[in-house]
Amino acid sequence: MAVSSGVKLDARALRADFPILARPMGGKPLAYLDSSNSSQKPRQVMDAEREYYETSYANVHRALYELGEKATAGYEGARETVRAFLNAETTREIVFTRGATEALNLVAYAWGLDNLGPGDLVVATELEHHSNFVPWQFIAGRTGAEFAVVPANEHGELELEALDELAARGTVKVVAVGYVNNSLGTVNPVERIAGWAREQGAITVVDACQAAPHRRIDVQALGADFVAFTGHKMCAPTGIGVLWGRRELFERMSPFGLGGDMIRSVSVEKTTWNELPQKFEAGTPPFAQAVGLAAAIDYLEAAGFEAIEAHERDLLEYTLGRLGELPQVKVWGPPAERRGGIVSFDVAGVHPHDVAQILAYDGVAVRAGHHCTQPLMTRLGVPATTRASFYLYTLPEEIDRFVEGLHRVTKTFA
Amino acid sequence: MNEFDAMYREVILDHYKNPRGHGEIEDADAQAEGQNPLCGDEVAIYVEFGPDGETIEDVKFRGRGCAISQAATSMLTEMVKGRSATEVASLPRDELLDEVGIPLTPIRLKCALLGLGVLKVALHKAKGTPLPEEWAGVDELQIS
Repeated sequence: MAVSSGVKLDARALRADFPILARPMGGKPLAYLDSSNSSQKPRQVMDAEREYYETSYANVHRALYELGEKATAGYEGARETVRAFLNAETTREIVFTRGATEALNLVAYAWGLDNLGPGDLVVATELEHHSNFVPWQFIAGRTGAEFAVVPANEHGELELEALDELAARGTVKVVAVGYVNNSLGTVNPVERIAGWAREQGAITVVDACQAAPHRRIDVQALGADFVAFTGHKMCAPTGIGVLWGRRELFERMSPFGLGGDMIRSVSVEKTTWNELPQKFEAGTPPFAQAVGLAAAIDYLEAAGFEAIEAHERDLLEYTLGRLGELPQVKVWGPPAERRGGIVSFDVAGVHPHDVAQILAYDGVAVRAGHHCTQPLMTRLGVPATTRASFYLYTLPEEIDRFVEGLHRVTKTFA
Repeated sequence: MNEFDAMYREVILDHYKNPRGHGEIEDADAQAEGQNPLCGDEVAIYVEFGPDGETIEDVKFRGRGCAISQAATSMLTEMVKGRSATEVASLPRDELLDEVGIPLTPIRLKCALLGLGVLKVALHKAKGTPLPEEWAGVDELQIS
Protein backbone atom coordinates (compact mmCIF):
# COMPACT_ATOMS: atom_id res chain seq x y z
CA MET A 1 0.00 0.00 0.00
CA ALA A 2 1.55 3.23 -1.10
CA VAL A 3 1.53 5.86 1.54
CA SER A 4 0.89 9.14 -0.15
CA SER A 5 0.35 11.95 2.20
CA GLY A 6 2.01 15.27 2.41
CA VAL A 7 1.19 15.43 6.10
CA LYS A 8 4.04 14.20 8.23
CA LEU A 9 3.54 13.14 11.78
CA ASP A 10 5.35 15.11 14.46
CA ALA A 11 5.81 12.31 16.96
CA ARG A 12 7.96 14.46 19.22
CA ALA A 13 5.20 17.04 19.56
CA LEU A 14 2.48 14.39 20.02
CA ARG A 15 4.39 12.88 22.94
CA ALA A 16 3.50 15.91 25.02
CA ASP A 17 -0.06 14.53 24.98
CA PHE A 18 1.02 11.26 26.64
CA PRO A 19 2.04 12.02 30.22
CA ILE A 20 3.19 8.48 30.98
CA LEU A 21 5.89 8.60 28.31
CA ALA A 22 7.75 11.19 30.39
CA ARG A 23 7.89 8.93 33.45
CA PRO A 24 11.09 6.99 33.97
CA MET A 25 10.98 3.20 34.35
CA GLY A 26 13.41 1.75 36.88
CA GLY A 27 15.33 5.03 36.88
CA LYS A 28 15.77 5.05 33.08
CA PRO A 29 13.85 7.05 30.51
CA LEU A 30 11.00 4.93 29.21
CA ALA A 31 11.16 3.58 25.67
CA TYR A 32 7.69 2.08 25.26
CA LEU A 33 7.83 -0.43 22.41
CA ASP A 34 4.82 -2.48 23.45
CA SER A 35 1.92 -0.62 21.87
CA SER A 36 0.57 -3.69 20.06
CA ASN A 37 0.02 -5.13 23.51
CA SER A 38 -1.69 -1.98 24.69
CA SER A 39 -1.20 1.63 23.70
CA GLN A 40 -0.64 4.57 26.01
CA LYS A 41 -3.36 7.22 26.36
CA PRO A 42 -3.30 10.88 25.41
CA ARG A 43 -4.64 13.54 27.77
CA GLN A 44 -7.42 14.29 25.27
CA VAL A 45 -8.90 10.81 25.84
CA MET A 46 -8.53 10.90 29.60
CA ASP A 47 -9.98 14.44 29.66
CA ALA A 48 -12.96 13.42 27.54
CA GLU A 49 -13.78 10.56 29.88
CA ARG A 50 -13.32 12.68 32.98
CA GLU A 51 -15.38 15.53 31.56
CA TYR A 52 -18.17 13.09 30.74
CA TYR A 53 -18.13 11.78 34.31
CA GLU A 54 -18.06 15.34 35.65
CA THR A 55 -20.79 16.81 33.47
CA SER A 56 -22.90 14.16 31.75
CA TYR A 57 -23.04 11.07 33.87
CA ALA A 58 -26.09 8.96 34.63
CA ASN A 59 -27.10 5.59 33.28
CA VAL A 60 -27.90 5.51 29.56
CA HIS A 61 -31.15 4.61 27.78
CA ARG A 62 -33.41 4.87 30.82
CA ALA A 63 -33.01 8.01 32.91
CA LEU A 64 -35.80 10.54 32.31
CA TYR A 65 -33.86 13.53 33.55
CA GLU A 66 -31.40 15.82 31.84
CA LEU A 67 -28.22 14.10 33.00
CA GLY A 68 -29.49 10.81 31.65
CA GLU A 69 -30.26 12.42 28.30
CA LYS A 70 -26.78 13.94 28.15
CA ALA A 71 -25.23 10.60 29.05
CA THR A 72 -27.20 8.85 26.31
CA ALA A 73 -26.32 11.55 23.81
CA GLY A 74 -22.63 11.08 24.63
CA TYR A 75 -22.85 7.32 24.23
CA GLU A 76 -24.83 7.43 20.99
CA GLY A 77 -22.56 10.19 19.72
CA ALA A 78 -19.63 7.83 20.26
CA ARG A 79 -21.46 5.20 18.23
CA GLU A 80 -21.77 7.67 15.35
CA THR A 81 -18.04 8.44 15.59
CA VAL A 82 -17.29 4.72 15.30
CA ARG A 83 -19.71 4.35 12.39
CA ALA A 84 -17.99 7.14 10.49
CA PHE A 85 -14.55 5.71 11.36
CA LEU A 86 -15.53 2.34 9.85
CA ASN A 87 -17.63 3.80 7.03
CA ALA A 88 -20.51 1.60 8.14
CA GLU A 89 -23.94 2.23 6.65
CA THR A 90 -25.74 2.75 9.93
CA THR A 91 -25.12 2.95 13.66
CA ARG A 92 -27.42 -0.07 14.02
CA GLU A 93 -24.46 -2.10 12.82
CA ILE A 94 -22.19 -0.81 15.60
CA VAL A 95 -22.30 -2.90 18.77
CA PHE A 96 -20.20 -1.83 21.73
CA THR A 97 -18.60 -4.65 23.67
CA ARG A 98 -16.10 -4.90 26.50
CA GLY A 99 -13.35 -5.67 24.02
CA ALA A 100 -12.60 -7.61 20.87
CA THR A 101 -12.61 -10.94 22.70
CA GLU A 102 -16.21 -10.42 23.75
CA ALA A 103 -17.08 -9.24 20.23
CA LEU A 104 -15.63 -12.37 18.63
CA ASN A 105 -17.24 -14.65 21.22
CA LEU A 106 -20.53 -12.91 20.47
CA VAL A 107 -20.32 -13.87 16.80
CA ALA A 108 -19.09 -17.40 17.51
CA TYR A 109 -21.93 -18.08 19.95
CA ALA A 110 -24.80 -16.05 18.56
CA TRP A 111 -24.17 -16.82 14.89
CA GLY A 112 -22.30 -20.11 15.24
CA LEU A 113 -24.64 -22.04 17.50
CA ASP A 114 -27.59 -21.48 15.15
CA ASN A 115 -25.81 -21.83 11.82
CA LEU A 116 -23.25 -24.60 12.21
CA GLY A 117 -23.60 -28.35 12.22
CA PRO A 118 -22.13 -31.63 10.98
CA GLY A 119 -20.71 -31.37 7.46
CA ASP A 120 -19.89 -27.68 7.92
CA LEU A 121 -16.37 -26.36 7.99
CA VAL A 122 -15.17 -23.55 10.22
CA VAL A 123 -11.92 -22.05 8.94
CA ALA A 124 -9.53 -19.98 11.02
CA THR A 125 -5.88 -19.31 10.19
CA GLU A 126 -2.59 -20.40 11.67
CA LEU A 127 -1.89 -16.71 12.27
CA GLU A 128 -4.94 -16.06 14.44
CA HIS A 129 -4.82 -14.58 17.88
CA HIS A 130 -6.42 -17.05 20.27
CA SER A 131 -9.48 -14.81 20.51
CA ASN A 132 -10.42 -15.44 16.87
CA PHE A 133 -9.31 -19.07 17.01
CA VAL A 134 -10.45 -20.66 20.27
CA PRO A 135 -14.11 -19.50 20.11
CA TRP A 136 -14.42 -21.02 16.63
CA GLN A 137 -12.67 -24.23 17.59
CA PHE A 138 -14.98 -24.50 20.59
CA ILE A 139 -18.24 -23.70 18.80
CA ALA A 140 -17.30 -26.05 15.95
CA GLY A 141 -16.88 -28.77 18.56
CA ARG A 142 -20.19 -27.92 20.18
CA THR A 143 -22.11 -28.02 16.90
CA GLY A 144 -20.38 -30.97 15.24
CA ALA A 145 -18.80 -28.81 12.55
CA GLU A 146 -15.23 -29.43 11.46
CA PHE A 147 -12.53 -26.93 12.40
CA ALA A 148 -9.62 -26.29 10.06
CA VAL A 149 -6.91 -23.70 9.57
CA VAL A 150 -5.38 -21.92 6.61
CA PRO A 151 -1.68 -22.71 7.03
CA ALA A 152 1.02 -20.06 7.19
CA ASN A 153 4.46 -20.31 5.60
CA GLU A 154 7.74 -19.82 7.47
CA HIS A 155 7.51 -16.05 6.92
CA GLY A 156 4.18 -15.94 8.69
CA GLU A 157 2.12 -15.35 5.55
CA LEU A 158 -1.03 -17.28 4.74
CA GLU A 159 -0.88 -19.96 2.06
CA LEU A 160 -4.03 -19.03 0.22
CA GLU A 161 -3.60 -21.82 -2.31
CA ALA A 162 -4.74 -24.11 0.51
CA LEU A 163 -8.19 -22.51 0.56
CA ASP A 164 -9.69 -24.56 -2.24
CA GLU A 165 -8.36 -27.79 -0.70
CA LEU A 166 -10.12 -26.83 2.51
CA ALA A 167 -13.37 -26.26 0.66
CA ALA A 168 -13.28 -29.88 -0.49
CA ARG A 169 -13.55 -31.02 3.13
CA GLY A 170 -16.98 -29.62 3.83
CA THR A 171 -19.33 -26.71 3.41
CA VAL A 172 -17.30 -23.68 4.44
CA LYS A 173 -19.49 -21.59 6.71
CA VAL A 174 -17.06 -19.29 8.50
CA VAL A 175 -13.68 -17.82 7.71
CA ALA A 176 -12.08 -16.19 10.75
CA VAL A 177 -9.09 -14.05 9.87
CA GLY A 178 -7.02 -11.28 11.41
CA TYR A 179 -6.46 -8.11 9.43
CA VAL A 180 -2.97 -7.51 10.81
CA ASN A 181 -1.33 -10.30 12.77
CA ASN A 182 -0.29 -9.31 16.28
CA SER A 183 2.84 -11.45 16.60
CA LEU A 184 4.61 -10.72 13.34
CA GLY A 185 2.69 -7.80 11.89
CA THR A 186 1.64 -9.68 8.74
CA VAL A 187 -1.01 -7.73 6.82
CA ASN A 188 -3.40 -10.33 5.45
CA PRO A 189 -5.21 -9.90 2.11
CA VAL A 190 -8.55 -9.71 3.87
CA GLU A 191 -10.52 -8.45 0.88
CA ARG A 192 -9.37 -11.38 -1.20
CA ILE A 193 -10.14 -13.86 1.57
CA ALA A 194 -13.58 -12.32 2.15
CA GLY A 195 -14.27 -12.58 -1.57
CA TRP A 196 -13.36 -16.26 -1.54
CA ALA A 197 -15.52 -16.83 1.54
CA ARG A 198 -18.49 -15.17 -0.13
CA GLU A 199 -18.11 -17.51 -3.12
CA GLN A 200 -18.37 -20.42 -0.66
CA GLY A 201 -21.45 -18.92 0.96
CA ALA A 202 -19.43 -18.39 4.14
CA ILE A 203 -19.23 -15.40 6.44
CA THR A 204 -15.91 -13.65 7.11
CA VAL A 205 -15.11 -12.59 10.65
CA VAL A 206 -12.23 -10.14 10.85
CA ASP A 207 -10.17 -9.45 13.95
CA ALA A 208 -9.03 -5.88 13.29
CA CYS A 209 -7.38 -5.19 16.65
CA GLN A 210 -3.96 -4.52 15.14
CA ALA A 211 -5.36 -2.69 12.14
CA ALA A 212 -7.80 -0.19 13.64
CA PRO A 213 -5.12 1.74 15.60
CA HIS A 214 -2.94 2.22 12.53
CA ARG A 215 -4.91 2.33 9.32
CA ARG A 216 -8.24 3.37 7.93
CA ILE A 217 -10.78 0.55 7.79
CA ASP A 218 -13.67 0.70 5.36
CA VAL A 219 -16.04 -2.13 6.25
CA GLN A 220 -18.03 -1.68 3.06
CA ALA A 221 -14.92 -2.01 0.88
CA LEU A 222 -13.52 -4.89 2.95
CA GLY A 223 -16.33 -7.25 2.02
CA ALA A 224 -16.33 -8.97 5.41
CA ASP A 225 -19.44 -9.72 7.49
CA PHE A 226 -18.15 -8.97 10.97
CA VAL A 227 -15.25 -6.79 12.07
CA ALA A 228 -14.11 -6.62 15.69
CA PHE A 229 -11.57 -4.39 17.37
CA THR A 230 -10.67 -3.21 20.82
CA GLY A 231 -10.19 0.30 22.12
CA HIS A 232 -7.20 -0.04 24.39
CA LYS A 233 -4.73 -0.63 21.57
CA MET A 234 -5.80 2.61 19.87
CA CYS A 235 -5.36 5.21 22.62
CA ALA A 236 -8.78 4.50 24.13
CA PRO A 237 -9.59 3.24 27.64
CA THR A 238 -9.65 -0.43 28.56
CA GLY A 239 -12.98 -2.25 28.68
CA ILE A 240 -14.40 -1.01 25.39
CA GLY A 241 -14.52 -2.79 22.06
CA VAL A 242 -16.57 -2.75 18.90
CA LEU A 243 -18.30 -5.33 16.81
CA TRP A 244 -19.46 -4.21 13.40
CA GLY A 245 -21.76 -6.64 11.64
CA ARG A 246 -23.97 -6.63 8.59
CA ARG A 247 -27.41 -5.55 9.64
CA GLU A 248 -29.22 -8.44 7.96
CA LEU A 249 -27.02 -10.93 9.83
CA PHE A 250 -27.43 -9.16 13.15
CA GLU A 251 -31.19 -9.11 12.63
CA ARG A 252 -31.39 -12.85 12.05
CA MET A 253 -29.13 -13.71 14.98
CA SER A 254 -30.19 -14.67 18.45
CA PRO A 255 -28.81 -12.48 21.22
CA PHE A 256 -25.63 -13.41 23.07
CA GLY A 257 -25.73 -11.73 26.46
CA LEU A 258 -29.17 -11.70 28.07
CA GLY A 259 -30.44 -9.23 30.62
CA GLY A 260 -31.21 -5.55 30.90
CA ASP A 261 -31.44 -3.14 27.95
CA MET A 262 -31.44 -5.88 25.29
CA ILE A 263 -35.12 -6.71 25.68
CA ARG A 264 -38.30 -5.20 24.28
CA SER A 265 -40.66 -6.89 26.69
CA VAL A 266 -40.41 -9.59 29.29
CA SER A 267 -43.16 -11.74 30.69
CA VAL A 268 -43.26 -15.13 32.33
CA GLU A 269 -44.39 -16.61 29.02
CA LYS A 270 -42.18 -14.82 26.54
CA THR A 271 -39.37 -12.32 26.10
CA THR A 272 -38.75 -10.32 22.95
CA TRP A 273 -35.59 -8.55 21.91
CA ASN A 274 -34.78 -4.89 21.59
CA GLU A 275 -33.88 -3.45 18.20
CA LEU A 276 -30.31 -3.20 16.91
CA PRO A 277 -27.80 -2.52 18.28
CA GLN A 278 -29.22 -2.77 21.84
CA LYS A 279 -30.21 -6.39 21.19
CA PHE A 280 -26.52 -7.22 21.58
CA GLU A 281 -25.73 -4.88 24.46
CA ALA A 282 -27.04 -6.60 27.57
CA GLY A 283 -26.58 -4.81 30.85
CA THR A 284 -25.18 -1.37 31.53
CA PRO A 285 -22.63 -0.92 28.74
CA PRO A 286 -19.15 0.62 29.17
CA PHE A 287 -20.50 3.93 27.95
CA ALA A 288 -17.98 6.29 29.52
CA GLN A 289 -15.31 4.15 27.88
CA ALA A 290 -17.17 4.45 24.58
CA VAL A 291 -16.92 8.23 24.92
CA GLY A 292 -13.19 7.74 25.53
CA LEU A 293 -12.98 5.60 22.40
CA ALA A 294 -14.66 8.32 20.34
CA ALA A 295 -12.14 10.84 21.69
CA ALA A 296 -9.34 8.44 20.71
CA ILE A 297 -10.71 8.12 17.18
CA ASP A 298 -10.91 11.92 16.95
CA TYR A 299 -7.33 12.14 18.19
CA LEU A 300 -6.07 9.61 15.64
CA GLU A 301 -8.06 11.23 12.82
CA ALA A 302 -6.48 14.58 13.71
CA ALA A 303 -3.01 13.02 13.57
CA GLY A 304 -4.04 11.36 10.30
CA PHE A 305 -4.12 7.63 9.65
CA GLU A 306 -2.02 8.02 6.50
CA ALA A 307 0.58 9.91 8.52
CA ILE A 308 0.51 7.30 11.30
CA GLU A 309 1.01 4.52 8.79
CA ALA A 310 3.88 6.35 7.10
CA HIS A 311 5.54 7.10 10.45
CA GLU A 312 5.36 3.46 11.49
CA ARG A 313 6.64 2.31 8.11
CA ASP A 314 9.69 4.55 8.53
CA LEU A 315 10.30 3.16 12.02
CA LEU A 316 9.87 -0.38 10.78
CA GLU A 317 12.39 0.05 7.98
CA TYR A 318 14.81 1.78 10.32
CA THR A 319 14.50 -1.04 12.86
CA LEU A 320 14.92 -3.81 10.31
CA GLY A 321 18.01 -2.03 9.03
CA ARG A 322 19.57 -1.62 12.44
CA LEU A 323 18.84 -5.21 13.45
CA GLY A 324 21.03 -6.19 10.52
CA GLU A 325 23.97 -5.19 12.77
CA LEU A 326 23.27 -8.22 14.93
CA PRO A 327 23.92 -11.55 13.21
CA GLN A 328 22.50 -13.34 16.28
CA VAL A 329 19.10 -11.77 15.69
CA LYS A 330 16.63 -13.51 13.42
CA VAL A 331 13.59 -11.43 12.52
CA TRP A 332 10.36 -13.31 11.86
CA GLY A 333 7.67 -12.20 9.50
CA PRO A 334 7.13 -10.85 6.00
CA PRO A 335 8.98 -7.98 4.30
CA ALA A 336 8.23 -4.42 5.39
CA GLU A 337 5.76 -3.73 2.59
CA ARG A 338 3.43 -6.44 3.88
CA ARG A 339 3.64 -5.79 7.60
CA GLY A 340 2.55 -3.31 10.21
CA GLY A 341 4.76 -1.67 12.83
CA ILE A 342 5.67 -4.91 14.59
CA VAL A 343 9.06 -6.63 14.79
CA SER A 344 9.16 -10.10 16.30
CA PHE A 345 12.54 -11.74 16.61
CA ASP A 346 14.72 -14.38 18.14
CA VAL A 347 18.19 -13.89 19.66
CA ALA A 348 20.20 -17.06 19.16
CA GLY A 349 20.60 -18.99 22.39
CA VAL A 350 18.65 -16.52 24.52
CA HIS A 351 15.10 -17.02 25.73
CA PRO A 352 12.75 -14.11 24.90
CA HIS A 353 12.08 -13.55 28.60
CA ASP A 354 15.75 -12.95 29.22
CA VAL A 355 15.89 -10.60 26.25
CA ALA A 356 12.91 -8.64 27.52
CA GLN A 357 14.23 -8.58 31.08
CA ILE A 358 17.61 -7.21 30.07
CA LEU A 359 15.97 -4.60 27.83
CA ALA A 360 13.72 -3.64 30.75
CA TYR A 361 16.78 -2.77 32.84
CA ASP A 362 17.53 -0.16 30.20
CA GLY A 363 14.00 1.23 30.37
CA VAL A 364 12.98 -0.45 27.10
CA ALA A 365 9.54 -2.11 27.28
CA VAL A 366 8.93 -4.97 24.84
CA ARG A 367 6.74 -8.05 24.95
CA ALA A 368 8.10 -11.57 25.24
CA GLY A 369 5.93 -14.63 24.98
CA HIS A 370 3.67 -16.46 22.58
CA HIS A 371 1.50 -13.35 22.09
CA CYS A 372 -1.65 -15.50 22.31
CA THR A 373 -0.74 -17.09 18.99
CA GLN A 374 0.42 -20.54 20.00
CA PRO A 375 -0.48 -22.20 16.67
CA LEU A 376 1.76 -19.66 14.92
CA MET A 377 4.59 -20.23 17.41
CA THR A 378 4.29 -23.96 16.74
CA ARG A 379 4.43 -23.27 13.00
CA LEU A 380 7.62 -21.23 13.46
CA GLY A 381 9.04 -23.86 15.80
CA VAL A 382 9.61 -21.52 18.75
CA PRO A 383 7.96 -21.40 22.17
CA ALA A 384 7.96 -17.61 22.17
CA THR A 385 9.41 -14.53 20.52
CA THR A 386 10.43 -11.08 21.63
CA ARG A 387 8.36 -8.36 20.01
CA ALA A 388 8.84 -4.63 19.63
CA SER A 389 5.88 -2.65 18.34
CA PHE A 390 5.48 0.97 17.38
CA TYR A 391 2.86 3.66 17.43
CA LEU A 392 2.42 7.28 16.54
CA TYR A 393 4.48 8.44 19.54
CA THR A 394 7.47 6.15 18.90
CA LEU A 395 10.79 7.88 18.17
CA PRO A 396 13.84 6.62 16.24
CA GLU A 397 16.04 7.15 19.30
CA GLU A 398 13.88 4.64 21.16
CA ILE A 399 14.76 2.15 18.44
CA ASP A 400 18.42 3.05 18.98
CA ARG A 401 18.15 2.29 22.69
CA PHE A 402 16.37 -0.95 21.88
CA VAL A 403 19.18 -2.00 19.53
CA GLU A 404 21.84 -0.98 22.07
CA GLY A 405 20.02 -3.14 24.61
CA LEU A 406 20.15 -6.06 22.21
CA HIS A 407 23.91 -5.59 21.92
CA ARG A 408 24.04 -5.94 25.69
CA VAL A 409 21.93 -9.09 25.50
CA THR A 410 24.23 -10.74 23.00
CA LYS A 411 27.33 -9.68 24.99
CA THR A 412 25.84 -11.08 28.20
CA PHE A 413 25.07 -14.43 26.66
CA ALA A 414 28.13 -14.63 24.40
CA MET B 1 25.73 -4.22 42.12
CA ASN B 2 22.88 -3.08 39.88
CA GLU B 3 19.75 -5.10 39.14
CA PHE B 4 21.07 -6.36 35.85
CA ASP B 5 24.32 -7.70 37.25
CA ALA B 6 22.44 -9.18 40.18
CA MET B 7 20.08 -11.24 38.05
CA TYR B 8 22.42 -12.24 35.28
CA ARG B 9 25.35 -12.96 37.55
CA GLU B 10 28.12 -15.16 36.25
CA VAL B 11 27.03 -18.32 38.04
CA ILE B 12 23.54 -18.16 36.51
CA LEU B 13 24.90 -17.65 33.03
CA ASP B 14 27.41 -20.45 33.58
CA HIS B 15 24.70 -22.92 34.64
CA TYR B 16 22.54 -21.81 31.72
CA LYS B 17 25.28 -22.23 29.14
CA ASN B 18 26.77 -25.39 30.70
CA PRO B 19 23.90 -27.10 32.48
CA ARG B 20 24.94 -29.78 34.99
CA GLY B 21 23.04 -33.02 34.93
CA HIS B 22 21.68 -32.40 31.47
CA GLY B 23 20.20 -35.44 29.77
CA GLU B 24 17.78 -38.28 30.39
CA ILE B 25 17.94 -41.44 32.48
CA GLU B 26 16.50 -44.49 30.80
CA ASP B 27 14.17 -46.51 33.03
CA ALA B 28 14.30 -43.77 35.66
CA ASP B 29 12.91 -44.65 39.09
CA ALA B 30 11.13 -41.32 39.24
CA GLN B 31 10.30 -38.81 36.56
CA ALA B 32 7.99 -35.92 35.82
CA GLU B 33 7.73 -32.95 33.55
CA GLY B 34 6.23 -29.54 33.73
CA GLN B 35 5.95 -26.22 32.06
CA ASN B 36 5.38 -22.63 32.85
CA PRO B 37 2.66 -21.67 30.37
CA LEU B 38 3.34 -17.99 30.74
CA CYS B 39 6.95 -18.25 29.62
CA GLY B 40 6.95 -21.51 27.72
CA ASP B 41 9.66 -22.86 30.01
CA GLU B 42 9.77 -26.65 29.99
CA VAL B 43 11.58 -29.04 32.29
CA ALA B 44 11.59 -32.84 32.55
CA ILE B 45 13.47 -34.48 35.42
CA TYR B 46 14.67 -38.07 35.78
CA VAL B 47 15.82 -39.62 39.06
CA GLU B 48 17.66 -42.84 39.77
CA PHE B 49 17.62 -44.19 43.31
CA GLY B 50 20.45 -46.13 44.93
CA PRO B 51 20.09 -49.78 46.09
CA ASP B 52 18.31 -48.56 49.24
CA GLY B 53 15.52 -47.19 47.02
CA GLU B 54 15.86 -43.89 48.84
CA THR B 55 19.14 -42.17 48.06
CA ILE B 56 19.10 -39.99 44.95
CA GLU B 57 22.00 -41.57 43.14
CA ASP B 58 21.60 -39.70 39.90
CA VAL B 59 19.37 -36.94 38.62
CA LYS B 60 19.19 -35.48 35.15
CA PHE B 61 17.00 -32.99 33.36
CA ARG B 62 16.20 -31.79 29.93
CA GLY B 63 14.38 -28.59 29.15
CA ARG B 64 14.23 -25.36 27.33
CA GLY B 65 13.39 -21.94 28.56
CA CYS B 66 14.80 -18.82 30.09
CA ALA B 67 18.18 -18.60 31.79
CA ILE B 68 16.59 -18.48 35.24
CA SER B 69 14.50 -21.65 34.82
CA GLN B 70 17.28 -23.68 33.25
CA ALA B 71 20.07 -22.45 35.53
CA ALA B 72 17.97 -23.02 38.66
CA THR B 73 17.19 -26.58 37.56
CA SER B 74 20.85 -27.19 36.83
CA MET B 75 21.77 -25.93 40.32
CA LEU B 76 19.03 -28.09 41.78
CA THR B 77 20.48 -31.28 40.32
CA GLU B 78 23.82 -30.53 41.99
CA MET B 79 22.08 -29.71 45.23
CA VAL B 80 20.07 -32.91 45.61
CA LYS B 81 22.41 -35.60 44.35
CA GLY B 82 23.27 -38.00 47.17
CA ARG B 83 20.46 -36.81 49.43
CA SER B 84 17.44 -38.84 50.49
CA ALA B 85 14.32 -38.74 48.36
CA THR B 86 12.11 -38.14 51.40
CA GLU B 87 14.14 -35.13 52.43
CA VAL B 88 14.22 -33.64 48.94
CA ALA B 89 10.50 -34.24 48.47
CA SER B 90 9.92 -31.65 51.17
CA LEU B 91 12.91 -29.45 50.43
CA PRO B 92 12.10 -25.86 51.43
CA ARG B 93 12.06 -23.73 48.34
CA ASP B 94 14.21 -21.11 50.03
CA GLU B 95 17.06 -23.57 50.06
CA LEU B 96 17.08 -23.47 46.26
CA LEU B 97 16.33 -19.76 46.07
CA ASP B 98 19.26 -19.01 48.40
CA GLU B 99 21.52 -20.98 46.10
CA VAL B 100 20.18 -19.19 43.03
CA GLY B 101 20.85 -16.04 45.00
CA ILE B 102 19.25 -13.41 42.80
CA PRO B 103 16.37 -11.01 43.33
CA LEU B 104 13.27 -12.38 41.60
CA THR B 105 10.07 -10.67 40.58
CA PRO B 106 6.89 -12.76 41.06
CA ILE B 107 6.94 -13.77 37.38
CA ARG B 108 10.56 -14.87 37.47
CA LEU B 109 10.01 -16.71 40.77
CA LYS B 110 7.90 -19.19 38.82
CA CYS B 111 10.77 -19.68 36.40
CA ALA B 112 13.19 -20.35 39.25
CA LEU B 113 10.90 -22.85 40.98
CA LEU B 114 9.78 -24.84 37.94
CA GLY B 115 12.52 -27.48 38.26
CA LEU B 116 11.97 -27.92 41.98
CA GLY B 117 8.25 -28.40 41.46
CA VAL B 118 8.85 -31.01 38.79
CA LEU B 119 11.40 -32.86 40.93
CA LYS B 120 9.04 -32.96 43.90
CA VAL B 121 6.21 -34.28 41.78
CA ALA B 122 8.53 -36.96 40.39
CA LEU B 123 9.56 -38.04 43.90
CA HIS B 124 6.07 -38.01 45.35
CA LYS B 125 4.75 -39.98 42.39
CA ALA B 126 7.49 -42.57 42.82
CA LYS B 127 6.82 -42.83 46.56
CA GLY B 128 3.07 -42.67 46.23
CA THR B 129 2.83 -39.75 48.65
CA PRO B 130 0.66 -36.67 48.17
CA LEU B 131 2.24 -33.46 46.95
CA PRO B 132 2.57 -31.05 49.88
CA GLU B 133 0.47 -27.91 49.95
CA GLU B 134 3.23 -25.43 49.41
CA TRP B 135 2.70 -24.21 45.93
CA ALA B 136 1.17 -20.84 46.66
CA GLY B 137 2.53 -18.42 44.10
CA VAL B 138 3.49 -21.09 41.62
CA ASP B 139 0.00 -22.36 40.93
CA GLU B 140 0.18 -21.45 37.27
CA LEU B 141 2.79 -24.09 36.67
CA GLN B 142 1.52 -27.19 34.91
CA ILE B 143 3.29 -30.18 36.28
CA SER B 144 2.48 -33.79 35.62
